[in-house]
Amino acid sequence: MIFKNKLAVGLLMGALGASAASAQSLVYCSEGSPEGFDPALYTAGTTFDASSHPIYNRLTEFKTGTTEVQPGLAESWEVSEDGMTVTFKLRQGVKFHSNDQFTPTRDFNADDVIFTFDRQGNEENPYNDVSGGTFEYFSSMSMPELVESIEKVDDYTVVFHLTRPEAPFIANMAMDFASIVSKEYADAMMEAGTPEMVNQAPIGTGPFQFQAYQKDAVIRYLRNDDYWGDPAKVESLIFAITPDASVRYQKVQAGECHVMAYPNPADVQAMKDAEDIVVMEQEGLNVGYLAYNTQVAPYDNPAVRRALNMAIDKQAIIDVVFQGSGEIAKNPIPPTMWSYNDAIEDDEYNPERAKEILAEEGVEDLQLKIWAMPVQRPYNPNARRMAELMQEDFSQIGVDVEIVSYEWGEYLERSKEEDRDGAVLLGWTGDNGDPDNFLAVLLGCDGVGGSNRAQWCNEEFDALIQDAKVLPTQEERAPLYEQAQEVFKQEAPWATIAHSVVYMTMRPEVEGYIVHPLGGHIFNQVGLSE
Amino acid sequence: MLNYVLSRLLTFVPTFIGVTLISFAFIRVLPGDPIVVMAGERGMTAERYAELEAQFGFDRPIYVQFWDYLTGVLQGDLGNSFVTKRPVWDEFFALFPATLELSLCAMVFAILIGLPAGVIAAVNRGKFFDRALMSTALVGYSMPIFWWALLLIIVFSGNLQWTPVSGRIDLLYYFPNPTGFMLYDSLVSGQSGAFASAVRHLILPTIVLGTIPLAVIARQTRSAMLEVLGEDYIRTARAKGLASKRINGIHALRNALIPVITVIGLSVGTLLAGAILTETIFSWPGIGKWMVDSIFRRDYPVVQGGLLLIAVAVMIVNLTVDMLYGVINPKIRKR
Repeated sequence: MIFKNKLAVGLLMGALGASAASAQSLVYCSEGSPEGFDPALYTAGTTFDASSHPIYNRLTEFKTGTTEVQPGLAESWEVSEDGMTVTFKLRQGVKFHSNDQFTPTRDFNADDVIFTFDRQGNEENPYNDVSGGTFEYFSSMSMPELVESIEKVDDYTVVFHLTRPEAPFIANMAMDFASIVSKEYADAMMEAGTPEMVNQAPIGTGPFQFQAYQKDAVIRYLRNDDYWGDPAKVESLIFAITPDASVRYQKVQAGECHVMAYPNPADVQAMKDAEDIVVMEQEGLNVGYLAYNTQVAPYDNPAVRRALNMAIDKQAIIDVVFQGSGEIAKNPIPPTMWSYNDAIEDDEYNPERAKEILAEEGVEDLQLKIWAMPVQRPYNPNARRMAELMQEDFSQIGVDVEIVSYEWGEYLERSKEEDRDGAVLLGWTGDNGDPDNFLAVLLGCDGVGGSNRAQWCNEEFDALIQDAKVLPTQEERAPLYEQAQEVFKQEAPWATIAHSVVYMTMRPEVEGYIVHPLGGHIFNQVGLSE
Repeated sequence: MLNYVLSRLLTFVPTFIGVTLISFAFIRVLPGDPIVVMAGERGMTAERYAELEAQFGFDRPIYVQFWDYLTGVLQGDLGNSFVTKRPVWDEFFALFPATLELSLCAMVFAILIGLPAGVIAAVNRGKFFDRALMSTALVGYSMPIFWWALLLIIVFSGNLQWTPVSGRIDLLYYFPNPTGFMLYDSLVSGQSGAFASAVRHLILPTIVLGTIPLAVIARQTRSAMLEVLGEDYIRTARAKGLASKRINGIHALRNALIPVITVIGLSVGTLLAGAILTETIFSWPGIGKWMVDSIFRRDYPVVQGGLLLIAVAVMIVNLTVDMLYGVINPKIRKR
């Protein structure tokens, strides 16, 4: 346990005999333990909830509750005409936290920005291999290829030189891996011979300061009274790690925590009916799909793919597999994302017509393998059950389905193969709220043989998303993405199945909680009524 | 006695080597590549894959990897978790006291109730108490842990509000945990009410984890007692006119204890290694859940290191049990 002596808030409140529902400390029943506290090293949402959101800031920030990007530690930014350089003007007077080992001697400045990214991309940087140094998000967002160099113009001006114009770059800077760490702290810890403390006893600029972590049990934070933005509403924030969903709910009911994440779908109705419980909901930034292999006959024929899509009873899947905690997907991007094309009409559920189309296309005695993932994911809580429902649906139109599955790692690898036999159940959770992060990654020509499980390369679609990627503003990009979604619907490389619905359960005294579409749980502006 | 202990200790060596080899092989035999699992849907480039492979040492022949692991183990280095990047050793010792504390409490609970219950049932063989007790034990033994735990939580924490729902202590108490044993740490913390809170938090998990061993101990005690009560020397004792309390309590129970202690020893091992469900439900920060999560993530160092340390703990318990046999039955230690 990492412990700080000087702040024994517990003592004070213990003496007052207050319950966990004290007005000054907010208790969140979280679903699991963070892997660590340096967000750049990890990829799990649970880790980001405990690290990047309370403790850190980024150059740009997502406005809570939206995928919109707003100024963070950068007050403003400017993209050059050719899109190849981005200049950030940094905020002045921003203080880093302090702890027992470290007290900052200076405010946040350009050195911290350069250090934050240099350690992730530069193998020469002494922090590149500290704490196992695998900066997976930095790599998977193609940052090493994208960023040519970072230049410090003065203490409060930083220029990123890019290798190509890339509109989503500004949103990438708001992602968790881009959380700004203190160079001064890192240097001090390196000198003390304990560089791993950057990960274990984090120092950031965020609204809460890390206090202590007891593995798999409790994480404690205190309000950062020197915070540059709106200060947090509560004095302390406590994460009570509670892996079982039913137990989390019992704890909320008993007043042992104020807010909980990920309720059992089966409990949601009872929660909504309970008087002293508030349930919030929003579509998650994800999509679950069935990807045909569009390179293998007869699935290379869009008419056949559309016919199969018409045979799937999606509502039944929502009811049975998601137990209501999902919404039918008609587009490859979720409805909370900008450029979502709501004008598109989903394929009607019409097995009779589907059968006719297959006959028209000369397809008979079709046999299809459906790959069912062996794991539970937010976009697909039970792939095996989903595949069984589809098997039944397809048998109605004379298609014989065999369900196959592999170990998760093998599943991910094998499903990439271009000559794969069968249609794959899979999905995606968004990273930066940018449509490019769905459409290019999952459906672009570059992804064939990789993350494009439909092995689908359509010139018209690809040209649209490539063009959209280099345009500077959202207004200019959105129409291209809307058009791309039309092409997608027409060509039907996937059956889009569902977006999960995210529920948050809390006590009525919790004020100001906003469900964030990017999936994080953020308590910066959450308060408790008396 | 010393020779006896030493000879038992010697058997540790091959067991230790065997466990090291098995734990190393076990996780590698499971299908699934930890790097691919780590990347998830996002995937990674072939170059990145090769880089990580080299970093984790998977590109070297398997016997070289085993040799490195073995030499590391002998120097007390179990490696770092792929996931948290922290030393396996540190993680284990941050979590093990919680498991040990809970397991010991559960065992004490099971023995304190199971042993007398078994004796009383045996003495009253065939009577109402015996039948009621044995049926209850059967129910306890077959009870699904998950359901039993949730039932207790809903009744005692939810409806009656007698006990807290989960965790080890009320979150308002905040003090250092030098030993990791919450009962002790709360007692020396000097914070009023902390110890009581820790005890209250232990009640339900202790009952849940102790239920199966309790049932096993009660049944085992009963059958061992019945066997002993039928022996000639007991009949002789009765014929001599000894008080039945003395016969049951000293002559019979002492001899019936050997198989019971075997069962207790085995149960402690099971508890240490198998408290996973109880730990998950009661948000108890122990090693059970840590191990299972690591298997799913293919976190090789944690799985092999964790298995090894658990095996050592179980070996120590078995040694203790063996020595207890010696104490109870002098014939054994002279062998």
